[in-house]
Amino acid sequence: MKPLLGVISLDHELDQLNELTYFRCGASVPFAGRYRLIDFILSNMMYAEIVSVGLFIRRKYRSLLDHLGDGKPWDLDRKRGGLFILPPDWNDPTDTSRGELQHFHNNLHFFRRSPGKYIVYSGSRHINMVDIREVYQQHCESEADVTVVYKQVEQLEPEHEGCIRLNVDSSNRVTGIHQEKDNHNIYMEMFVIEKELFLDMVDLCIAHGGSHFFRDVIQKGRGNLKVAAYEYKGYHAVINSVQSYYKNSMDLLKREHYLRLFGKQAVQTKIKYEAPTKYLADAKISNSLVANGCVIDGWVENSIIFRGVRIEKGARIINSIVMQKSIIEMNANIENVIMDKDVIVSQNRTLMGAPQQPFVIAKSSIL
Amino acid sequence: MRKKEIVAMLLAGGQGKRLKGLTRTLAKPAVYFGGTYRIIDFPLSNCSNSGIDTVGVLTQYEPLVLHSYIGVGTDWDMDRKYGGVFVLPPHEREDGSNWYRGTADAIYRNVKFIEQFDPEHVLILSGDHIYKMDYKALLQYHKERDSDCTISVIDVPLEEASRFGILNTTDDLQIYEFEEKPEHPKSTLASMGVYIFKWDVLRAHLLEDAVKPFSSYDFGKDIIPLMLQNDKKLFAYPFEGYWRDVGTVRSLWEANMDLLSDDPPLDLNDSSWRIYTRNPNQPAQYIAPQAILKNCIINEGCIIHGKVEHSVLFYGVEVGKDSEITDSVIMPKVKIGKNVRIHRAIINEDIVIEDNIVIGSEDEGDILLIDSEEDVELYLTRTKQS
Repeated sequence: MKPLLGVISLDHELDQLNELTYFRCGASVPFAGRYRLIDFILSNMMYAEIVSVGLFIRRKYRSLLDHLGDGKPWDLDRKRGGLFILPPDWNDPTDTSRGELQHFHNNLHFFRRSPGKYIVYSGSRHINMVDIREVYQQHCESEADVTVVYKQVEQLEPEHEGCIRLNVDSSNRVTGIHQEKDNHNIYMEMFVIEKELFLDMVDLCIAHGGSHFFRDVIQKGRGNLKVAAYEYKGYHAVINSVQSYYKNSMDLLKREHYLRLFGKQAVQTKIKYEAPTKYLADAKISNSLVANGCVIDGWVENSIIFRGVRIEKGARIINSIVMQKSIIEMNANIENVIMDKDVIVSQNRTLMGAPQQPFVIAKSSIL
Repeated sequence: MRKKEIVAMLLAGGQGKRLKGLTRTLAKPAVYFGGTYRIIDFPLSNCSNSGIDTVGVLTQYEPLVLHSYIGVGTDWDMDRKYGGVFVLPPHEREDGSNWYRGTADAIYRNVKFIEQFDPEHVLILSGDHIYKMDYKALLQYHKERDSDCTISVIDVPLEEASRFGILNTTDDLQIYEFEEKPEHPKSTLASMGVYIFKWDVLRAHLLEDAVKPFSSYDFGKDIIPLMLQNDKKLFAYPFEGYWRDVGTVRSLWEANMDLLSDDPPLDLNDSSWRIYTRNPNQPAQYIAPQAILKNCIINEGCIIHGKVEHSVLFYGVEVGKDSEITDSVIMPKVKIGKNVRIHRAIINEDIVIEDNIVIGSEDEGDILLIDSEEDVELYLTRTKQS
């Protein structure tokens, strides 16, 4: 029997990326030239040989469903198990449960019928390369009821402000859970717990009017669980604002960040069949990430170019992110801009944002 | 099985000796092309885009790469309940075991495979060519003329015609003669190796040919002449568009270079006729600050620090600082060090080129193929001597 069941809960994730999350949830925001944020946790689960994943979604999920399909890119198109996409659907007026707990409670069958003694729970906002098997290993070897994953960040950034912090003692026990601003131990919205215990706690917590598993069970200490911590040391980025999205994207232009994210194993994503990117005679490109299917004849500097983008002669793209299938016509000037999919920038237009406040252009805009 | 109007049979067993080291461990249809494709992606994608969902792939020479590449055909949308892609290597039978003795023999030995779909027509393809073609239009043409066999042809220059199988036709394109590589060609209509047959007619001729002791069991040399001799109706279908045989190192290189013009004769970005391929799922390519890119095609997973001009780079290629690559094709996962010069060459998969090596051909006629460590050593020594 496979020991781990994957649970990805998007219930409490807010749509914090302005224009980028007008029509999609955070989990399906494009990232790093060819991925969506959810690809990272799904790939981590795939490499941990997790064959059953329940994905709890609540809103703006059309784009996410389109991206996920039958889960094949993550080996989740299975006869037994596979990817279970679970939108909210319960209209029992006597039901008093709320939040993700309601969502879990309404899908008890998923938990009961899926193989796996343990659950690994995660959100989609913390991009990481966690080896879930290692977390599981540590959990099994310890006597803890639940093992939460954290990253000790070298430097606190604005995006860490909204994150939960942990106090961890020398034997990896969690001694405090809070939001004190100067604590460097960032909780990564990921934990491992035994399935039966998880379900018991869901029930208990609902009985006490809770709505959020981590906050109402683990943080508040309900059920007196022994909480251990797993320290993760690899690539980590929190995407919870336009600024953090922009900054963490741009950081991938530095070799060490790129290698930490992509050097270990391939991140899996929905397959597209684009031709390789073509550079024409007037292309000038420097310090950039470029996906396939582009035709580039302009200048690109310190930028991330997604699949199928066309950049015409004389156009200049600096410090910007240009998403799928956008077209930048001749002599247009783009600086400090995040451009969503299918945008057309016509000839000679100039679009400027500020380094700290990039200008975000919504999907399918014509400028 | 449900009845299919048409079944495609793709001849993919050839070695492709003239591709030298490129086909040492894989069959010619598995040879890489265009920065991300293998040659077989073209006929398979053409089938997929033409709505032909049942394809038998006949393999023989070094089939391992090809078999694992094709898999169940998911990438070409051919993982179907009824039909799909079938890999058909030669197999032992009650009357003994034989290799496929020729192109026609390969089909003859798979008559049972074809019969289970009870098709009206059979499309014969080869895995040697780069082209985009709507086989449904060919089928339509074939049906309109009630043709027994329709051969797709391309107009070639008269001076090159003697390199091809040439079809001599009447004004309405009915074929009366087939000449394999004629010394004095009478026409410029060259066979593209793409045929549609009425299945019952083909079947009868395959059976007739199979018992002949001195046949070469080949479509061009035996089946077509036999059909002409038996007064069958054969038509030529004029194909217009890009079509290249990539059977030699030089022609493979040339076809790659064809992709580099501003308005290439073969458009790979056309979303209405995608060429599907197995995607290795590499991260976006990284172009470093000092890099210079001009008229080149670069795939995902590449890391470029140097200069790349008029070249095609497959996935996962690394080019070090101050290196210069011109007029070359660099196959997957090649690692090129610093201050390297590569000019007019094809570098085969996984080769490592150390710093400061100069690989280049001044002779305009010669395309270098670097496909082993010994080749690299040779140039290392030459570089040191000069």
